[in-house]
Amino acid sequence: MSAAPKAAIALLILLALVPPAAAAIGDPFLTVIATRMAVFAIAALSLDLILGYGALVSFGHAAYLGLGAYAVAVCARHGITDLFLQMGAAALAAALFAAVSGAVSLRTRGIYFIMITLAFGQMAYFFFVSLSAYGGDDGTALAARSTLFGRAWLENDTAFFYMVLACLALAYGGLDRLVHARFGRVLTGTRESELRMRAIGYRPFRYRLAAYVLSGMICAVAGVLLANQTEYVSPAYMAWTRSGELIVMLLLGGVGTLAGAMAGALVTVGLEELLAGWSEHWRLCFGLILLAVVLWSPAGLTGLLRRLLAGGRR
Amino acid sequence: MTLLAVRDLRKSYGALAVTDGLSLDVAEGELHAIIGPNGAGKTTLIAQLSGQLAPDSGSVTFDGTDITRTDMASRVRAGLARSFQITTLMPAMTALENVALAVQGRSGSSFRFWRPVAAEAALNDQAMTCLAQVGLADRADRPAAAMSHGEKRQLELAVALACRPRLLLLDEPLAGTGPQEAERLVALLEALKGQVTMVLIEHDMAAVFALADRISVLVYGQIVASGGPEEIRQDPAVRAAYLGEEAC
Ligand SMILES: Nc1ncnc2c1ncn2[C@@H]1O[C@H](COP(=O)(O)OP(=O)(O)OP(=O)(O)O)[C@@H](O)[C@H]1O
Ligand SMILES: [Mg+2]
Repeated sequence: MSAAPKAAIALLILLALVPPAAAAIGDPFLTVIATRMAVFAIAALSLDLILGYGALVSFGHAAYLGLGAYAVAVCARHGITDLFLQMGAAALAAALFAAVSGAVSLRTRGIYFIMITLAFGQMAYFFFVSLSAYGGDDGTALAARSTLFGRAWLENDTAFFYMVLACLALAYGGLDRLVHARFGRVLTGTRESELRMRAIGYRPFRYRLAAYVLSGMICAVAGVLLANQTEYVSPAYMAWTRSGELIVMLLLGGVGTLAGAMAGALVTVGLEELLAGWSEHWRLCFGLILLAVVLWSPAGLTGLLRRLLAGGRR
Repeated sequence: MTLLAVRDLRKSYGALAVTDGLSLDVAEGELHAIIGPNGAGKTTLIAQLSGQLAPDSGSVTFDGTDITRTDMASRVRAGLARSFQITTLMPAMTALENVALAVQGRSGSSFRFWRPVAAEAALNDQAMTCLAQVGLADRADRPAAAMSHGEKRQLELAVALACRPRLLLLDEPLAGTGPQEAERLVALLEALKGQVTMVLIEHDMAAVFALADRISVLVYGQIVASGGPEEIRQDPAVRAAYLGEEAC
């Protein structure tokens, strides 16, 4: 096993140890933070598929978090409280939105792609802002967390955390298979050289669109979990700043490595909690840390780790 | 039998007619060299033959089918592959992965999400064969980005071969290779003759006259002469337009 899957599995194990550790030191809030970390790790993984492997810099990815979150609220209002049904509905909505927005935005490249994905993200944002039945601008509180097999098991924070962790492990495992399968190699090829791909007989558009749709569906699942974690849904989940934050997670962790996406999400959420408690100007500190990492190691934290490991072997 | 027929092809950039009413026939099995000074429009011609660029007018017929408006992917499927004058590879992928991706393009669906592609023996074996053909067998695991310029030129050719073309469009395959690599590639092209029809653009006149069955001379977007190597060597117009510069 190479270093990357080892690092990813180490992160998963580390997360799994948080609830017992939180119980030991009597700080249940740690589990809540770990839940947020795992939720955003799923979102970051989904973005890494298109941004890291496909070089498609989507600036509207938070829309899928929001779609997933609203799927919970809408389903719950219509009496569907089962987590898996809600995830299915969220994935379906995300697939439709991604298919339409992808079919348009993937005709463009570079800065145009960034702008069009941003525009679609903002469209989703303002759609939910105007949805007064669900609180409009303010959003709406959920009556309860989703159910599993008709039971309210997820009301327990620890049980909910392990549910989220299982989803993260599945997302990581599935994406790890995918990027190393035929599809992943083609997607990587379109990142490396579109012209070369066409010259050996591929039509990049269809692979990009498939990746774009899949990425949106996975992110919507993260949105379902996010809504459950906060027991609240609001358009703020799909603000463009949130899309930026997801990109920052990848930059911090290392673009184009799944372990890096996870690490980036963990560190970003962790730093947010840490710095926000310490100073109200935490965003400035966070910006400086990000700058330091990216300047020092363009491949992010995973690049740093790789260099350290290589250094140790020498 | 004519495999590739080009009729009255035209392409202009503003007032500059880069391809100016060009007609060309390439017979099945031959190695057809196209020579001409810098800026004559050779690469632009290849781009139109491969589908990278759409001509303003005229037609390209491959194996009896008009392909003037079909995209690159369909032309590759039909058996038309190319190499690039400016090396166009996947820098982060190894030599083997670069070639295996070309093999994969013609071996079943790429919408497979589960099985590790690196473990597909059929892809790797065919890719290794192509690498061995160009002399890169011992470089299979090296990332393209880490290869020497000459090795990249060899890999460029291996990728094109992996498409199993009926017609291979080669845009200056020898440019930038050392004498040893060039010798090896010339021997490879010699060996490929007869199996694959080739259009070869090359500035290395020794290689061109050694390899070509036919030579067409392209100047300012037009074919000014076409014939066997001896004919072209003797042609006064060619000597004046092109070979004259080379001779001194
Ligand atoms: N996209 C473009 N826009 C404008 N002019 C172009 C473009 N592409 C090529 N040209 C011009 O067309 C002419 C022919 O270019 P081309 O690359 O086909 O020449 P070439 O015969 O391959 O030359 P060389 O031997 O240097 O490779 C040149 O004058 C070039 O500047
Ligand atoms: Mg050229």
